[in-house]
Amino acid sequence: MKFTGTEKYVATDDLQMAVNAAISLQRPLLIKGEPGTGKTLLAEEMASALGMRLIPWHIKSTTKAQQGLYEYDAVSRLRDSQLGDEKVKDISNYIVKGKLWEAFEADEQVVLLIDEIDKADIEFPNDLLLELDRMEFFVYETQQFVKAKKRPIVVITSNNEKELPDAFLRRCFFHYISFPDHDTMKDIVDVHFPGLQQAIVRDALEVFFDVRKVPGLKKKPSTSELIDWLKLLMADELSAKMLQEKDTSSALPPLYGALVKNEQDVHLLQKLAFMARRRS
Amino acid sequence: MLIDFFLEVRRAKVPASLREFLDLLEALQNRLAFANMEEFYYLSRLCLVKDERHFDKFDRAFKAYFEGIENLEDLMEMLIPDEWLRAEFEKHLSEEDKAKIDSLGGLEELIETFKKRMEEQQERHAGGNKWIGTGGTSPFGADGYNPEGFRIGQKNGRQGRAVKVWEKRQFKDLDDSVTLGIRNIKVAMRRLRKFARQGAADQLDMDDTIRSTARNAGYLDLKMVPERHNAVKVLIFFDVGGSMDPHVRVCEELFSAARMEFKHMEYFYFHNFVYESVWKNNIRRMNETTSTWDILNKYTPDYKVIFVGDATMAPYEISHPGGSIEHWNEEAGATWFQRITDHFRKVVWLNPLPENYWGTGGSLGMTRQLVNDHMYPLTIDGLESAMKQLSK
Repeated sequence: MKFTGTEKYVATDDLQMAVNAAISLQRPLLIKGEPGTGKTLLAEEMASALGMRLIPWHIKSTTKAQQGLYEYDAVSRLRDSQLGDEKVKDISNYIVKGKLWEAFEADEQVVLLIDEIDKADIEFPNDLLLELDRMEFFVYETQQFVKAKKRPIVVITSNNEKELPDAFLRRCFFHYISFPDHDTMKDIVDVHFPGLQQAIVRDALEVFFDVRKVPGLKKKPSTSELIDWLKLLMADELSAKMLQEKDTSSALPPLYGALVKNEQDVHLLQKLAFMARRRS
Repeated sequence: MLIDFFLEVRRAKVPASLREFLDLLEALQNRLAFANMEEFYYLSRLCLVKDERHFDKFDRAFKAYFEGIENLEDLMEMLIPDEWLRAEFEKHLSEEDKAKIDSLGGLEELIETFKKRMEEQQERHAGGNKWIGTGGTSPFGADGYNPEGFRIGQKNGRQGRAVKVWEKRQFKDLDDSVTLGIRNIKVAMRRLRKFARQGAADQLDMDDTIRSTARNAGYLDLKMVPERHNAVKVLIFFDVGGSMDPHVRVCEELFSAARMEFKHMEYFYFHNFVYESVWKNNIRRMNETTSTWDILNKYTPDYKVIFVGDATMAPYEISHPGGSIEHWNEEAGATWFQRITDHFRKVVWLNPLPENYWGTGGSLGMTRQLVNDHMYPLTIDGLESAMKQLSK
């Protein structure tokens, strides 16, 4: 069982190592990182890559550790007792299972996500030490002992708003998702929006040359607008290095490679090339 | 696509995340902005900036990036090879276009003439109607009038257009590096609020009452709780005299704001660095001092400690016994400071000097190490980060 990222999620080498270590040593994996670096998504993608069910537990500032185990719904019991319902005699009717319990009693191994653990009260992680370590707990109301059938894979995310207690940290593997570098970002964008650049560029050319209309476009872009737009879209490819080399005879021009998909594109591009030169 | 743009925006310290960048790409996918720079500017700002105080930084980044792109212009023209022009384009030209080209003897001719004149011409040329240069009516050169003229290295044209939205920098006042006002300080300090219930239980706790009554199988069980109030405890040490004199006003503002905001606040003064004693009254400071040991013993570790000072002095004042400029200190300032950071869980240092003057060496660098890099500038932004650190 090895996690190498999915077609929708780019996992760097260090992240893969962290995930695989956490899976094989059965320790909770604590993930920190800047907002928007895909911490929560990691658990979802892990679950889908490993073919397991995901049980997400989203933590809010009011969440108590006990709610993850179970809750005793005393108010329902009170109401039922006023109505003389027979159910009221058995207290187990009013025990509501929490996410941890749900994960523990699953027949197959699951991925349990404890999302944004730092949102909760400062004591929250301490209250879960034993439960996460031994994967078991005791229900006092019904004198029942709950133990995990299969130890779930636990992923915990934190936005670093509160420091987590040492005792808790010692029980986890820790990985910090650093902000992706240029190449990783390129991979991520490719994974999320494949062919977006080509599509936009082709649209721009087609609209410019009246091949077709894009709904909602107020007016046809002027030549300079179009050129600016193309440069904006392609600036990444037209790197400073190429500027220095100034030798285009050897390789195919980057514009060509980036946007030409069919013959029609070639015509459009040729027209554009002419416009670019002619423009004064 | 646009990755360099995004990185440029982040380099300008606009806190945009990957999530927001992908939102921008999705918006482009839906063609919300299309072949229009102004639209793109608004759209990207909408997606990437989530607070008006970052607008100015964003505008600057946008301008820098956009100027960088404009310089790509010649490159773009260079990257489209000659053959494309000659081979196929003529089919797509309108009759009018063709007529214009014919007036110069066809496109082939045009390119050839251009190349020849490039070779002939050695010097800078302006005016006239033949040479490549500026302001003429020759088909080659910049700023000209000939409709089919070539544009060569024209620098002023694009820049001479109307000012773009992002160049106006309408939001420059909202940047958060401005100095503090007292209200701003109070707002920033609210971050440190920690409500707790202490004292006599005199309020009815509805939730607990209902819960307990239910547990009690319906027999009423009243539950009371104490009132909620801000329970955070703060200890502030101010550096006074000498190099701190220019910062008196901002320190006074900080002091009065803290006074109003925190119920449990204690303050002490020191000069340049903390040693075995600090004091509460600057006039009688030689006679009425408080031993630093007393402070360590009296105040519990959950007090949040804030030092305010410029940390600018001779390095030996921190590192060496006897280093103090006012008296003979048996133990080095660093030792005393270490005791304080060991005792209290949260210690930050607020520095009235702007962050870019700090550097990494000297007494400032040493102090930063001693506070584990939790030194923040005395600006709204810095104060907010400091409070965030304290409240963790």
